[in-house]
Amino acid sequence: MDILTSKQVTKNFGGLTAVNSFDFGVPRGSIVSIIGPNGAGKTTFFNCINGFYPFDEGEIAFEGHILNGRSPDQIARLGIARTYQNIRLFANMTAIENILVGMEPQLKRGWIGAVLGSRSTREEEERAQEEANRLLQFVGLVGKGDLLAKNLPYGDQRRLEIARALAGKPKLLLLDEPTAGMNPRESADMMRFIRNLRDELEITILLIEHDMRVVMGISERVTVLDYGKKIAEGTPEEIQRNPRVIEAYLGRGAATGLATGA
Amino acid sequence: MFESIRLDWRSLVRLGLLAGVIAFSLCTIGMVETFNERELISGVFTVGHVLLFAVPAGVGYLCAKDSSKSKRIAVLASGFIVGLFSALPLIVLVLLVRAIDLRELGLVNMSPALGDLLTFNLGGVVGSLVLMALTGVLGLAGSAVHVMPDRIRRPLMNGVLGTLGVGLFSDIVIALLRNLFGRGAVRLLFAAGSLKPGVGIGLFIILAGVTALWEARGERFRGGLASMVPIPGRHLRLVGPVLGILVVLILPLLLGTYLSEVADVVGLYILMGAGLNIVVGLAGLLDLGYVAFYAIGAYTMAVLTSQTELGYGLSFWTALPLTVLAAVLAGFILGVPVLRMRGDYLAIVTLGFGEITRILALSDFLKPLFGGAQGIQKIPNISIAGVEFVKPEHLYYFILAGCLLAFFISSRLRDSRLGRQWMAMREDEDVAEAMGINLVKTKLLAFAIGAGFAGLAGAIFAPKLSAIFPHSFNLIVSINVLCLIIVGGMGSLPGVVVGALILVGMPELLREFTEYRLLLYGVLLIVMMIVRPEGFWPSEVRKRELRAGSEEPSPAGGGNPVEPT
Repeated sequence: MDILTSKQVTKNFGGLTAVNSFDFGVPRGSIVSIIGPNGAGKTTFFNCINGFYPFDEGEIAFEGHILNGRSPDQIARLGIARTYQNIRLFANMTAIENILVGMEPQLKRGWIGAVLGSRSTREEEERAQEEANRLLQFVGLVGKGDLLAKNLPYGDQRRLEIARALAGKPKLLLLDEPTAGMNPRESADMMRFIRNLRDELEITILLIEHDMRVVMGISERVTVLDYGKKIAEGTPEEIQRNPRVIEAYLGRGAATGLATGA
Repeated sequence: MFESIRLDWRSLVRLGLLAGVIAFSLCTIGMVETFNERELISGVFTVGHVLLFAVPAGVGYLCAKDSSKSKRIAVLASGFIVGLFSALPLIVLVLLVRAIDLRELGLVNMSPALGDLLTFNLGGVVGSLVLMALTGVLGLAGSAVHVMPDRIRRPLMNGVLGTLGVGLFSDIVIALLRNLFGRGAVRLLFAAGSLKPGVGIGLFIILAGVTALWEARGERFRGGLASMVPIPGRHLRLVGPVLGILVVLILPLLLGTYLSEVADVVGLYILMGAGLNIVVGLAGLLDLGYVAFYAIGAYTMAVLTSQTELGYGLSFWTALPLTVLAAVLAGFILGVPVLRMRGDYLAIVTLGFGEITRILALSDFLKPLFGGAQGIQKIPNISIAGVEFVKPEHLYYFILAGCLLAFFISSRLRDSRLGRQWMAMREDEDVAEAMGINLVKTKLLAFAIGAGFAGLAGAIFAPKLSAIFPHSFNLIVSINVLCLIIVGGMGSLPGVVVGALILVGMPELLREFTEYRLLLYGVLLIVMMIVRPEGFWPSEVRKRELRAGSEEPSPAGGGNPVEPT
């Protein structure tokens, strides 16, 4: 049973079709990767899912809810969280405040209660603080909660961004190049961490990734986009052998060369 | 030994002339002459002198700071030379003023009196030489301040600045003396509103002496002080706040009517500052038309309570909640059309909103409602159980209560979920929305709550003056409030108080400044942005953000060492 389905989704920017009649599904509890050369429309598709871009045709559904026409905050409240290709933390807020903002979908109490200092508001705040501290520990940032996000080292910022995404207790997590800018050891850590998320927290994970070692090592299914169109889909092994994928990445000559060589 | 001293003549001359040109400009715009009418030390020393002397002394200090690695004697010599050269443009000015009457060319401030002022009434040649020698010595003094050890500098600076401060704010000091010790004390120390020369010197000696003592045997002194006070040590740090609260509570009694009036105006600006602090400081929505809500508050109160045919004659207390409600609604109404706007566009539209409000109040079209240019008169005083709040001393408490309420609400909200939503929105609107924050609701709440505080300020302003006119609600009010937040420190509540005291309170006390108010605002803002961008009393986080940004530079929200697509 797919938690997220995309039917014939098309997104145009003027004359450019960034995503073209994209059919796609993410099975519940799986780790799925979208790969493709630069400019293939991967991030655009993420932006369509979480409501940043209204798309021109097709339909995206999440757990039976049609996402077309919903605003990003409504979609976040349905249980979809994401991270960004170039880290987009709230730079001038502390790490713990970043996580608390991520907790928004879970928080209910209004501002009048906060002014009056009502008991339910205080209790909710205390619970949120505890939860945020737990998350901080979970991503290995203990003791850094009061640092401004922008003053954290790069790797910590990546993990803080994931912690912020997790804080809303999402059912589906969209990771946009989680290992970008990391060395092989850090990438390996990140892979383990992502697998943990799925195994322990039972969060379905959809990721965009360029590092093939990560993609092949972690994904259960891989979808390949090129010029906005899906050109292949399957297990990592199938994708690795698919001539169209090799062609998209390396060019026609290389593809035929590899094919005849094999 | 003189061969070993090498001076960078070119930069010294340039620096000196630059300082001279600044002093020259201060003279041509008439600032020195205007300020010369205000005596600091009776018959000897005026604010104009301070202004004139501050330039060579300041540049001498800066020069010493730049060349702090050189030998001490070289630093002092540089200061002296810079000071000497800073006199040249002024001497040119003296010659010009004496030779031709520039006033006919529109330079109204270039009068022969200015020439006399600059040459100390000693005539052209002697006066110019004296002026040059004086600026040289001041430059030397400026550089000496930088060179001398702390234990001499601190007492000296405290003495000088303290004495100047007392002279400058003599209004407050005189009011305090009169209310605490009677008129005799004032006559003893002051002559015509300025310090007597002997008293000035005495004050300097006392201040410098106390500082020196404190520096020399600080620990023992403090220990002695602590043992004198019959309170256990752990309560000692409560003494400051308790004293502060006491002073705030009895302030009007100490200050008297005129200064209480000043305190009232400052209080109204603090109230507005607290509101705009939410909109700009927390939510990051640059609102340049904030005066609109102040006007709407004042006009609503006026219409509801006025005893003329324009008003409904309600009591203040019935009208108050309605007034605040009207301002909050106005906040919502402004908020809706600007929901999708960011940054510059938002600033322009809100600017327009502020002007529209004022022009509507002024218009003939709405004259039957708001009285046009004549405004609305006969607004009754605030009264509680038949006791009327007429005098500024009484209104002070009312405004204080308003400020406390605003501060309480602001600080609660800042630390709440809504406060975090505002800050997240300020940092990155898109990401905030993707975190599940409803931008429409969050923005509207920021505008509405901010507007509510301004409405409350307006509601107090109307009965305070008992008549209101459209021209009280100029763009300049918005600019003032915005500036006081920036100067105090964005997002910081104590910063609002500090900003209001500096930008609203000080000009009221130094009435000579009024003419140059905007100029000084500009200068202050520029200097602040360079020297202290976080404001005088920044919020904790903001302090870290601007000061500690260099401790571990790494990208967030944009930068990325690898730029993948």
